[in-house]
Amino acid sequence: MSVSGEQTDAMGRETISVAGLDGEEVLGVEGISVRLSGREILREVGFRIRAGEFTGLIGSNGAGKTTLFRVILGLQPPAAGRVLVAGHPRSARNPLIGYVPQKFMLDPDAPLRARDLVALGIDAQRPGVPRPSGSRRALVEEMLEAVDAARFADTRVGRLSGGEQQRILIAHALIARPRLLLLDEPLANLDLGSAHEVVALLARIAAEQQIAVLISAHEINPLLPVMDRIVYLASGRAVSGTTDEVIRADVLSKLYGHHVDVLHVHGRVLIVAGAGEDTDLTGHEGTFPRAEVLT
Amino acid sequence: MSHFLSPIFAPGFFESEAVHIALAVGALVAIVTGVVGVFTVIRGQSFAGEAFSDLGTTGGAGAYFVGVGTLWGFVIGNMIAAGAMEAIGVQRVRGRDLATGIVLGAGIGLAALFLYLYTTEHSTTGATVTILFGSAFAISSTTLPLIAGLSGLVLTLMLTIYRPLLLGSINAELASARGIPVRLVGALYLLALALAAALAAITIGTILSTALIVGPAASALRLTRRPLTALLAAAGIGIAAMWVGIVLAYDSYHWPPAGQGWPVSFFVVMLVFLTYLLSGLPEARRRRHADRAAPASGRLQPATGRRRVLRFHGQRLDGREHRRGRRGGRGVLHGPTRLGVRRPRDPQRLLRRRRRRQPDRRQHASRPRRVRGRRCSHDRSARPPRSARRRHCARARGDARARFAVPQPQPGVRVRGLLAAVRRGAWH
Repeated sequence: MSVSGEQTDAMGRETISVAGLDGEEVLGVEGISVRLSGREILREVGFRIRAGEFTGLIGSNGAGKTTLFRVILGLQPPAAGRVLVAGHPRSARNPLIGYVPQKFMLDPDAPLRARDLVALGIDAQRPGVPRPSGSRRALVEEMLEAVDAARFADTRVGRLSGGEQQRILIAHALIARPRLLLLDEPLANLDLGSAHEVVALLARIAAEQQIAVLISAHEINPLLPVMDRIVYLASGRAVSGTTDEVIRADVLSKLYGHHVDVLHVHGRVLIVAGAGEDTDLTGHEGTFPRAEVLT
Repeated sequence: MSHFLSPIFAPGFFESEAVHIALAVGALVAIVTGVVGVFTVIRGQSFAGEAFSDLGTTGGAGAYFVGVGTLWGFVIGNMIAAGAMEAIGVQRVRGRDLATGIVLGAGIGLAALFLYLYTTEHSTTGATVTILFGSAFAISSTTLPLIAGLSGLVLTLMLTIYRPLLLGSINAELASARGIPVRLVGALYLLALALAAALAAITIGTILSTALIVGPAASALRLTRRPLTALLAAAGIGIAAMWVGIVLAYDSYHWPPAGQGWPVSFFVVMLVFLTYLLSGLPEARRRRHADRAAPASGRLQPATGRRRVLRFHGQRLDGREHRRGRRGGRGVLHGPTRLGVRRPRDPQRLLRRRRRRQPDRRQHASRPRRVRGRRCSHDRSARPPRSARRRHCARARGDARARFAVPQPQPGVRVRGLLAAVRRGAWH
């Protein structure tokens, strides 16, 4: 797997794309471009994910991570390109994709136990009231065990902590047996301990159940130990590959369009922008950060 | 039967047809508003209910003016309101401001015109009171099938969209990722809410209809953690408030001022309010219990309030405190800090302290204390004078053996019964 080469899009701009791996492909994103109210959010983004892989979608705030997720989920029609789920163009109701949203605000008094939210994952889209059944209950119980959430299964969802809610949402997504699990910034509001636990849990699920996990984050370091592949998103473009292939000064400099340094400190990675001599800070629309450090 | 129940049910209660209709309509409306109301509270849309109470007034007043049934007025007024809200976007907070300022104001203005014209023409103010505050005893038996049909429609709709609506109310993003048409489900729900508000308006009036939608649901949410149980509880609370309200309103005919019944809506809304207050009790109780059970061992706690300084364990008292008596009372800490250290909660210690204060009244212990032959379990400070000590301590030893044989409730034994379950806070 390596950077396959440079392509030029219709407007003559240079894009970077990385060839996919061979094998059982769960998600194929091919040349996705998205425009929102005239602004170009994503430009020719492409990558592939295989079953059982743990992939990090890394990018700073506003890089287009959530937009890319919305495209994959079919909530945002792309201006160009297509999304293949398990080799087929995705349909609007695709049970193969499980989704865990970014923010979760719920009234603490809402009458919904963690257990009920997980059960809603089975068939929330169906009309009618679910009939209680033993197999349903057993399935929910199994999922709660799988995410280590049995302890607070009977607590109201609104009263759980951020990390506990993440676990419940993961169980909610997993109970429909998806092939691909999308998580939008699951570590954003978690303390370090909870973040570590959630990451470990997801890595275990990916390995055990052969589910492809795509997790977006603006920090690379919590995910470094478990990531099989990385999709790095910056200024609307993406580069993907293994961590060693992507997190390199030359690759990221090309992606950002200006010089970027990659520093390795005690097994962690710092990406520092705007430190090079050939960088023209003033001529770059003045929007990118002076020094973007991803700790 | 009417004899011994007559203090509760005034004579003629069970024979009156108006009462029968009121009870039936009340129950139907309470079920509908309860089921719809739970979602109103979860979605934080009680504002929409408020809008329906305003535009329902317009519809009701228009119905009087035109001369059709009030219920039709409420239904049509609320449907228009629902359409307007969907168009403006009541889901957005900014949309709410606009809706309040422009649409609802215009609606109330129109209602004022209709009511003015109607009341001056017929020289009666009955219409205003009926629309705003309802008249459960004045529902004609011909509207009963319509009310039943609308109730059935709303309930069927709610049960059909139950699962998508529940997920969409919790998190719209989560629902749309599953392919649930969130906007459509929301619009259907708004329709159900509009009809529920119309049904509530016919019994307790447009102004108070929001109370019947939101009140029982809010109480139910405090009492249960399960979504389906919440629906049932809200409906149950609504029916209870409605029926008790009707009984009281019927009885109030004999209350002062004599010969004039009090309005049903007053009783219903007050009962709903009372239920809401009471429904907070199990939760408060549970929270207090949880606070008490929280381990306080060795935690430093600032001495706040009335200079209530806790002593370090085993700390000596100074002379002044001895004079004030009782150890463990309020006092001044003569030490380097005003922070007290709370000792670990120890049931044996509490027991000892109680014994110290009442040397002769032995309390139950949580665990039998072994009293060996040589020592009296009494605290030294509370020891009887030397002359009486021998007998006293011997008796205490004997008592201890006898008293501590009293069986204590075992942890893990389930207390049966609904009330016991509520008191335990088991529904949380």
